[in-house]
Amino acid sequence: MSKEILECSVNGEQQSCLIDRRDTLLELLRTRLQLTGTKEGCGNGNCGSCTVIVDSQTVCSCLMFAVEAQDCEITTIEGVASVGELHRVQEALIKHGGTQCGFCTPGVVMSAVGLFAENPSPNESDIRLAIAGNICRCTGYEKIVKALMDVADPKGAD
Amino acid sequence: MELFNFQTPSSVAELLIAKANTNAWLLAGGTDLIPQLKEGRRKADLVIDIKKIPAMNGISELEDGTLRIGAAVSATAIAQNVDAIRSYAALASSVALIGSRQVQNRATLGGNVCNAAPSADAIPALICYDAMAEIEGAEGKREILVEDLFTGPGRTQLNPTEVLISFLLPLQSERTAAAYQRFTPRREMDIAVAGVGSRISLDADGKIIAARVALASVGPTPLRAASAECVLMDESPSSQLFEEAGVAAAQDASPISDTRGSAEYRRHLVSVLCKRTLASATNELLQDTWT
Repeated sequence: MSKEILECSVNGEQQSCLIDRRDTLLELLRTRLQLTGTKEGCGNGNCGSCTVIVDSQTVCSCLMFAVEAQDCEITTIEGVASVGELHRVQEALIKHGGTQCGFCTPGVVMSAVGLFAENPSPNESDIRLAIAGNICRCTGYEKIVKALMDVADPKGAD
Repeated sequence: MELFNFQTPSSVAELLIAKANTNAWLLAGGTDLIPQLKEGRRKADLVIDIKKIPAMNGISELEDGTLRIGAAVSATAIAQNVDAIRSYAALASSVALIGSRQVQNRATLGGNVCNAAPSADAIPALICYDAMAEIEGAEGKREILVEDLFTGPGRTQLNPTEVLISFLLPLQSERTAAAYQRFTPRREMDIAVAGVGSRISLDADGKIIAARVALASVGPTPLRAASAECVLMDESPSSQLFEEAGVAAAQDASPISDTRGSAEYRRHLVSVLCKRTLASATNELLQDTWT
């Protein structure tokens, strides 16, 4: 008896799935729902690659059991862009080259989306704090921060 | 991961019945428990999710002015709570140092305390405010000071039937301020090499009538620096006094040498952080009149 039915909303779509209690939310998303945009890096909450938004809060989906998402609203990287239109965070990361290998990018985008939902005009220190849990081994963060500063203040100096 | 049962009780009474099972682990934020289960460092027959128990969730002010914080309240909820920010600023700022924002959104005050890491960032502030832990178990309820909870690294005096339900932070006297600071090589996502929380309360003449100094990462448990407190009592704030308190706090510490720092370095950090937190608390109380 290790299975149960999980009801939750993922990217605005109601889901009902049979899960194993040991499944993390990350496993549910990637394996059962085939939403492979969310990445697994460390699997213990250090790297932030698996960041998703659960009930308006960013979380590491590797640090949450799927059963804990009962009746929750989940947004993954696949749910960030509207049809045919990228989120302004995504646009800015492209414009400023705030991505290289891309593995951390979905997590960075989710942390940034979470930040702007809470604070539409963060300063540089707010931005650095918000992505402190997202490890990027390529960019050195400068272009990511620049991109997010651009989102925070599009009229600011380039 | 081994198979386990999973329960989501909706009251403390249901929780205590479930907890009577052998090898049951409480799941609060899960930021420590889930990696431990994944890596096989812990085994559970039963995992009990405590996030649906009203008595363990929520922050409320009691009639006598005590702030009650449920053990399952997240670090973010405390960091953003107006009452906590206004009256227990050192706690509100110290929970915002735990891991990343993603971790703070899940990790709970009860988890940080019951995990009983000597380096836990939330504990020195709780000790500074004389916070009590409200505990319930098979033999009934009890309340103890948070500073008396710890018996060793990762160990508390809770017996196997007991659960930490909430924290009670007593109303602070009017001229009271506290601060917590830690030293880490990285600004975020790091574990304190040393941490110090300090609280002072002043009387109308500006004399220190109560002082608390609590230390993290410099002993087998979070520690209270009794001799540093003695130095401060009945004196007026001054940089000379805080210097002396720092020296005393370094003597109160009993650090070990490990990969994060030598015992000697940690003692030095304690004296510096003690001085700085006392200065920060004093600045808050006296604003520009004290430098």
